[in-house]
Amino acid sequence: MELFLAALGVLLAAALATAILAIIAAIRPPGASASAWANRLGPSGAAVACLLGLAAVLQGPWDAILAISLPWGLPIGTCTLGLDPLSRLFLLPVFGLGMTCAFSGGLSLRHSLPQEHNLAAHWFFYLLLLLGMALVMSARDTVLFILAWEVMSLAPFFLIDFNDGDSKVRDASWVYLIAAHLGAVALIAFFALFWQVTGTTGLEALQSGEGLRHADPLLRSSLFVLALLGFGAKAGLAPLHVWLPEAHPAAPSHVSALLSGAMINAGLYGMLRSLSLLCAPGDLSAAPEWWGWSLLLLGLATGLMGILKAMAQDNLKRMLAYSSVENMGLMFMGVGVGLVGLSVYNHDMVLLGFVGALIHMLNHAGFKGLLFLCAGEVLHATGTVRMGHLGGLQRSMPLVAWAFALGAASIACLPPLSGFAGEFVLAVSMLQAPALPGLERQIPLFLTLGGLALISGLAAALYAKAYGITFLGQPRSAFSANVHAPKPVTLWPLALPALTCVLGGFCAPWTFSLASWTAAQATPLPQEFLPQRLEVWSRIYESLSMIALWGGILLGVSLILLLLRAALLRGRAVRREPTWGCGFQAGTARIQYTDGAFSEPLARVFAPLMGLRRQSSPISGLFANSACLYLAAPDRLRSGLFTPLFELVLRVCDACKIIQHGKIHLYILYILVTLIALLVWGLGA
Amino acid sequence: MNTLFATLIFLILVNNILLLAAFRLPSLIRLIAFQGICLAALLFCEQHLLLACAVLLIKGLLLPGLLLRTIKRLPINTDLRPRLHQGLGIVAGMTGLIFALWLETRLAIQPGLFPPLLLPAGLTTLFCGLILVVGRSTALAQVMGYLVAENGIFVLGIPLMSANTVWFELALLLDIFVAVFVMGIAINHIVETFESIDVDGFRSLRD
Repeated sequence: MELFLAALGVLLAAALATAILAIIAAIRPPGASASAWANRLGPSGAAVACLLGLAAVLQGPWDAILAISLPWGLPIGTCTLGLDPLSRLFLLPVFGLGMTCAFSGGLSLRHSLPQEHNLAAHWFFYLLLLLGMALVMSARDTVLFILAWEVMSLAPFFLIDFNDGDSKVRDASWVYLIAAHLGAVALIAFFALFWQVTGTTGLEALQSGEGLRHADPLLRSSLFVLALLGFGAKAGLAPLHVWLPEAHPAAPSHVSALLSGAMINAGLYGMLRSLSLLCAPGDLSAAPEWWGWSLLLLGLATGLMGILKAMAQDNLKRMLAYSSVENMGLMFMGVGVGLVGLSVYNHDMVLLGFVGALIHMLNHAGFKGLLFLCAGEVLHATGTVRMGHLGGLQRSMPLVAWAFALGAASIACLPPLSGFAGEFVLAVSMLQAPALPGLERQIPLFLTLGGLALISGLAAALYAKAYGITFLGQPRSAFSANVHAPKPVTLWPLALPALTCVLGGFCAPWTFSLASWTAAQATPLPQEFLPQRLEVWSRIYESLSMIALWGGILLGVSLILLLLRAALLRGRAVRREPTWGCGFQAGTARIQYTDGAFSEPLARVFAPLMGLRRQSSPISGLFANSACLYLAAPDRLRSGLFTPLFELVLRVCDACKIIQHGKIHLYILYILVTLIALLVWGLGA
Repeated sequence: MNTLFATLIFLILVNNILLLAAFRLPSLIRLIAFQGICLAALLFCEQHLLLACAVLLIKGLLLPGLLLRTIKRLPINTDLRPRLHQGLGIVAGMTGLIFALWLETRLAIQPGLFPPLLLPAGLTTLFCGLILVVGRSTALAQVMGYLVAENGIFVLGIPLMSANTVWFELALLLDIFVAVFVMGIAINHIVETFESIDVDGFRSLRD
């Protein structure tokens, strides 16, 4: 715990130092050396704090529950921080990615002009974001939690707004801010209601479930809905995901990586915490069955929508953002399966559902961080992330290409790598369907399993497209032809997430154990399930070990074959020729598949679901002149639901302006009427 | 003494209704001067001689004199131009009186603190002042409305006077401040800027 406090202290100190530098830079005309100092101070402070934090998380037994109270000046709540398995698991990506992204950001920002960007301010908000996330994951008091949540929600606004000269970036950061605030409103309502019912703000005291044991079911359900709205908005659950595809392309890549890999996890964390608040341990009837089904359905809808939308994107970073939405959908599906298991008394589903969500969360942090950082390198090297302008980067920046391929293979669930483990556990949890009572439960669960399979398949197609269009083939435009390839030295921050992609696969049994200890502690599972839990655990542990073993053998054989090939080719000249072009003589780069062409067959099937706008003039006649295909997937939810909704709110507010007419005597009349009404009300009763 | 007190309160109440019925600025000012004299007489009844003299000087002579001087110096129409019919104002004032009487029965006040009818008289004066502010469109009439409302608060404070005389003296100072500041400076500026002291001109100041 001391180490953890030290990490928070370092974050705070570094944030203060950068704040002072930022103020100085804002007053005086900034110099290059001051900017460089800020760019060194910020990442190194973040890295030291993250290392301390990682040490604090990994130190001592995983199951230990620690708590510490600090002095607190506010009249309500306490400043209680704590570490328990759930906090530790969610702190891992925060600190791991926090360090990686700090290094990567420091390297990518080192050439930015001090006249254009106040780097000290950027790093101040970065440190503030890290501090907010660490506090959210460790707060043991609802008031502290809300404060930390606000810090965590506000800091990204300034981080996303880094390139504020661009109106699209400004627009994106406002969309983010509004979404974050609407979510926070639901959360404040959630905790205020909780406080009113239970009379205490301490999360530890609440977690025993005593406060709500005799509460009205309607009250519990409204609390559940509030939590779903608040935490779902952060996690990007449909239809509250609209901020993600706007914010991630706009933000600098290291910020997108941190937001996507660590911050949106806070939504899942909050959901799990509030579930353990809403259901007392051992009190299985506490969770009505519709909670689980609605989470499952929402997760499935989010996953399908996310992957299909991602499929239609041209912008690499926007595609990754939609893919984050999809992955959060998968995690919420896991939580949903766990909740359904809880209400029908199926221990396998409870354990495997929650564990699947947790493993996927850990792995997602690794590969999504890697992919966003790679996208950042591509942007840095070529000046664009439009896939239609890229291509052929494998040859000019091979290291980034290999890292991206590794991340893409992981996220597409190819077995020896990390993405597979989580989805495997999720699939096994859904395979428990025959054990459910009644056909009306079995069939929907099988259907969701089908949905999971569909999402995984589409993810594989998506990342085949992303990698293929961006890195393979020939350069499609001047952007990818004139590449400023990054020096290999500057790519070392990619090593950590790349390593987690590989290790997450080969150490899947270990991750599984970690996640199952966490899930067992964090879910309200009664003690009598312990033997069955151990039995399930050992079964899945063995399967994962076998997968890791076979994956290792496969990888080893491939490596041996590659080495053999290299040995055989030594001393011989290898000629590189253009790919055989099916007899076409004048092959150009424009003959290649484009991203639109890659998605078009899928678009024929899923166009209504994808919300796709498709314009094409196909080839006709024997001697065709030209043909074109244009695919776009604007977010219909934003234009069809949120924009009209907010315009309605604006109109109502404008209508309220008639009471603000500028006639002073009528303002006094308002006061008089209010005064008299209050007197009548207060004295007449 | 008691008869005089009751008569004074009756005069204040009648004066309130007359204030609402006044058609022209000079008559309004005279009624306010009369109200100031009534207040001084009330203080005299309560044996606050020094304060009574001060009130007579300020509320009875100084403020009305200043107001009259302002009217003469300003090139304005002395019609009050009520926003609503004068009769409606009188009805509102009557309603205020009834409401004040009702309030007296409901308010938990230490018995014996207020002499009979003093509380309703003060509240009615306050309400009439506010009705003047709301119902007349010239800036001067609004200033007078504030003066009347302030008189109402003054009446309400009379029973508490023996304890905190200082506050009353401060309140009188505030009156003088209002007189000098609002009328001497603000209204001149308003006339210069808007060429009228009709407060409807202020509407252009809203955001």
